[in-house]
Amino acid sequence: MRTDVRKINEKTPHHQLTEGLMIFAGGTSKSFNTGEWRTNTPIYHPEKCKQCLLCTPVCPDSSIPVRDGKRLDFDMDHCKGCGICANVCPFDAIEMKEGNV
Amino acid sequence: MAIKERMSGNEAVSYAIRQINPDVMPAFPITPSTEIPQMVSTYIANGEMDTEFIPVESEHSSMSATIGAEAAGARSLTATSSAGLALMWEELLLAASNRLPLVMALVNRTLSGPININCDHSDGMGARDTGWIQIYAENNQEAYDNFIQAYPIAEDERVHLPVMICQDGFITSHAVENMELLEDEKVREFVGEYEPEEYLLNPGKPIAVGPYSVSNYAMEAKKNQEIALENSKEVILEVAEKFKEMAGREYGLFEEYRTEDAEYLMLIMGSAAGTAKDAVDHLRDAGKKVGVVKLRVFRPFPARELAEALKECKAVAIMDRCESYNGNGGPLGSEVTSALFRNKVMIETVNYIYGLAGRDFTVGDACGIFSDLEEMMVNGKEIEQYQYIRLRK
Amino acid sequence: MKNGIEIRWHGRGGQGAKTAALLLADVAFKTGQNVQGFPEYGPERMGAPITAFNRISSDRIRVHSNIYHPDFVVVVDETLLDSVDVTAGLKKEGAIIINTSKKSEDIMEHLNGYEGKVFTVDARKISMETLGKNFPNSPMLAATVAVSRVMPRDKFITEMRASYEHKFAKKPEVIDGNMQALEKAFDVVEEALNKA
Repeated sequence: MRTDVRKINEKTPHHQLTEGLMIFAGGTSKSFNTGEWRTNTPIYHPEKCKQCLLCTPVCPDSSIPVRDGKRLDFDMDHCKGCGICANVCPFDAIEMKEGNV
Repeated sequence: MAIKERMSGNEAVSYAIRQINPDVMPAFPITPSTEIPQMVSTYIANGEMDTEFIPVESEHSSMSATIGAEAAGARSLTATSSAGLALMWEELLLAASNRLPLVMALVNRTLSGPININCDHSDGMGARDTGWIQIYAENNQEAYDNFIQAYPIAEDERVHLPVMICQDGFITSHAVENMELLEDEKVREFVGEYEPEEYLLNPGKPIAVGPYSVSNYAMEAKKNQEIALENSKEVILEVAEKFKEMAGREYGLFEEYRTEDAEYLMLIMGSAAGTAKDAVDHLRDAGKKVGVVKLRVFRPFPARELAEALKECKAVAIMDRCESYNGNGGPLGSEVTSALFRNKVMIETVNYIYGLAGRDFTVGDACGIFSDLEEMMVNGKEIEQYQYIRLRK
Repeated sequence: MKNGIEIRWHGRGGQGAKTAALLLADVAFKTGQNVQGFPEYGPERMGAPITAFNRISSDRIRVHSNIYHPDFVVVVDETLLDSVDVTAGLKKEGAIIINTSKKSEDIMEHLNGYEGKVFTVDARKISMETLGKNFPNSPMLAATVAVSRVMPRDKFITEMRASYEHKFAKKPEVIDGNMQALEKAFDVVEEALNKA
């Protein structure tokens, strides 16, 4: 029953789909490039950033990676450009630009 | 050696549950199925089984918890009736679409209103299009035997669908009758251990169950479900064959009683089939060529097989213990006539609605129906094609 | 069901008519017969009229309907005689067994002209004497077995003792009283049968 779900797509005939559309892997959303949907793009200005980390928890797509207590630049493979991060940033360190930059 | 016993239908099903000793049973009480969780709880409290019983706050929760437990990898079941089944509605479809082989003991009771606690099939019939397998019992013995066959059907890899084991509320659930029980070891060996291939609590082999599916996938998934239901026919028959080898009792998709040369047949489900058989014996003694087709498996619906079984008779009375408010008959009436038409079997049919909300159905009623059919065919008497039995007029 | 007998019980919710019907099914089963014992269910209300049924046969029982032409009728509460047509459909070759302190000839007027045998058993008195409480169902059960002869007295007594020993395992002091109640009721019926 276990199949490589990555090989399943919208052209797969019914008998090759998994039973009950079960997905045999964890964290498969990572391989789904939602960044492609972006119509507005956040631009990160590290020189203005105080590393207060208010932006990270509000990101609906977990697209602000944090390492050693400091945020890094955006994960543009998954950021949908909603702009919530720019809205909460007290230091204008995130600027929204029109289009998928 | 068969163990001779006398038990009510609820006792019989609870006894089967004890023997199977499933992993998880979430349940919420509702008449007339309340005794099942009650008796199972007693078995657990007495240390006679180690099923995890989950008392929940509603049937919506009991079916949700049963689905969750089954998806986690536990052999699970619940029991309910009437409004309880109605409250499970959304989850019933999910259990089937997630292809979870869980089992439900349904003790048939009418769906309100008018508010009433007695038997008819409106609860089970209401759930007829939810993707579940539905097996109906004539008596306590069959409720027990069917329950023992439920998991082997549900868990077969060609099926992986939930199974509803139905019996008539009060009429069999609360009536003490003779029956034969099987030894615990025999039942355990027959049902076997549950070893799912894929389940949620399986370290290192993650899965997601019941994901959102866009239109490009959902229709294909539904077709696959339909194929599994169609496959379940042969699995039901295979399991019945194995059961016969173990227990000596024979089961099929339906039972044909004295039908060989019958001119008039009654197609009926549940406890009233026994009453109809007594009527057939009575009429056969008087030289009438009559018989009963007792439908055991309502889902999957054995359309082709039924058409084949009915094709030689002159007329068939299709008995519905449920009104479907379509203005044209009950659910069995609609499905049987459609099966006959599609298989080009052009016999006369009359659809009778009987036994709603506990209205009795007697040997005399069944004899009257057979005589109606004969009058219609022999003397050309006009018979309403869709009518109520034992209705005050 | 071609052979066998059908019994209809009339009682009031809480008096144990249903329990008596189930007990009768139990003992008849233990003597190797095919049985059915079932009540007619509705909203369960203490004191409201209830009906329960038994079928006992050497054949397998398949019919699943109430009983309209019983061989025997048992009335656990005589106050029902005014409100329920207890003899409806009762076969005249059969009998009715009534819990009352009255004699059978004094109760005839309540029986809608029933032509069969009438047995009266003062189950309240028997129960008070043997158990100190009014539990009419044990004496009525014994009377029913005595009248219907569904099993021999000694077999019935043996099975009932076993059944009570199981049921009252935690209060064995009530077993003897119950057994006496059964024996007394049996005596009453046998005496009436001998007279007839």
